[in-house]
Amino acid sequence: MSQAFIHLSGVRKTFKSRNEEFLAVSEVTFDANAGELVSIVGPSGCGKTTVLKILAGLHTYDSGTVKIGNEEESFDPSTDIGMVYQQPLLLKWRKIIDNVVLPAEILGLPRKESLERARYLLDMVGLKGFESNYPHELSGGMQQRTSIARALIHDPKVILMDEPFGALDALTREKMNLELLRIWEESKKTILFVTHGIQEAVFLGSRVIVLTAGPARMADNLEIDLPYPRVLDMKTHEEFGKYTRHIYKHMDMA
Amino acid sequence: MNNFSKRLGQYGIIVLVHLAVVVLWHLAIKITEVPDYVMPTPIATLLSLQEDYGWLHNTWVTGVEVWGGYGLAIVVGVITALLFSWFRTLETLLMPLMVSLNMIPKVALGPLFIVWFSYGIDSNILISFSICFLPILLTMDRGLKEVDPDLIDLVRTLNASRLQIFTKIQLPGALPYLFSGMKVAVVLAVAGAIVGEFIASEEGLGYLMLQVQVTMDTAAMFMGVLLITLIGVTLYALVLLLEYFVVGKTNTVN
Repeated sequence: MSQAFIHLSGVRKTFKSRNEEFLAVSEVTFDANAGELVSIVGPSGCGKTTVLKILAGLHTYDSGTVKIGNEEESFDPSTDIGMVYQQPLLLKWRKIIDNVVLPAEILGLPRKESLERARYLLDMVGLKGFESNYPHELSGGMQQRTSIARALIHDPKVILMDEPFGALDALTREKMNLELLRIWEESKKTILFVTHGIQEAVFLGSRVIVLTAGPARMADNLEIDLPYPRVLDMKTHEEFGKYTRHIYKHMDMA
Repeated sequence: MNNFSKRLGQYGIIVLVHLAVVVLWHLAIKITEVPDYVMPTPIATLLSLQEDYGWLHNTWVTGVEVWGGYGLAIVVGVITALLFSWFRTLETLLMPLMVSLNMIPKVALGPLFIVWFSYGIDSNILISFSICFLPILLTMDRGLKEVDPDLIDLVRTLNASRLQIFTKIQLPGALPYLFSGMKVAVVLAVAGAIVGEFIASEEGLGYLMLQVQVTMDTAAMFMGVLLITLIGVTLYALVLLLEYFVVGKTNTVN
């Protein structure tokens, strides 16, 4: 069996304020293979975002190992990470297409190719024809699609998503889940998807990492044995219910 | 065509309202028979331009003071805000001081400025500068801080340089704030210059108004006020125009 692409083991992180120590993440251990979509689920304050920020190189950690990349696939932290947040965080003075090319501009990639790729990606996320619009002219869901296209523009190997659909209404959210699965299958990226929605985590992930709050620790690493492509109908399946119940139990909610 | 006639209508209303005030002004004086030295008619005011008061020169002098002080305030204010955003210790040290300085009624500093810099155009520029510097600094400083930290994180994962973060995200984001400060500062700049001229000077519209006050030439005093207003209005219109071209309609404060 080949080596995992993302490897975390025993990662621990505490935040220190003046005279208090706050344990944000304790003993997080999991692997993700290249091209895998892994969900990380847990209540707010369980350190989900901290785990993502550690992977993005934005936070240091106190102990443990974090490794991205293996013998087959190299990894360059400055070009191989795409980020999507709960808020689309678009620059309101830039047109949609210019928002999408922002990471490419920062990396100094050739402009013509970037624009071409941005058009291709906007088409892929279903925003063909909106290239010249401004963000405020688009709905919340469309803005979030733009930010997904932006995360893909520099062709990174890893996409880190921090509750990307948390601000959307339930219907749009389900639609975006299906869209994400399609984009993921098309782009073959390794995606880490942080959410507090248990159903969403099970529906999307080939694996679900369960974190709990108070104390912040990793509770489970659950393989989701449902076939792709996944369809909404699966949410009513016996299997699906078994997985969600299992996770609810971990969070002392069942 | 529809758009054009709508525009024309808007400007038409502006002109009509102003004209209506002038007509009402004229009628009110004709009906109440207020003597000319208390309240001149619009026509008498206009005719005062025939007097040999050096209108052109004095308007020019006041214009230089207003525009000079205003321009200086923008340059120094923006640079100071930038330094504050780059060197946080500088801001921590100096910002409270700036806020205290803002509380000083700058008009009260007029006599001091004249002691320090003798009287004339230079010291009036300085009074005008001192009165509109802080609104510019405070709004620009605020604008530079308005950037979502997650957005900074996003570009930091791409190893964006400080300059890139500044030119691509912070500066364009701060411009709407700067312009709102600039609009407030126009009024202050005019007031500053005139106060300087009232205190001590031998040219400028403020000086002229004190001169004609002695001879009870109320019409000329009215003309002085009109010309001072005109200087302010021209500056304001220019700022609006600049805002339109630099910031556009999409990049407004929320």
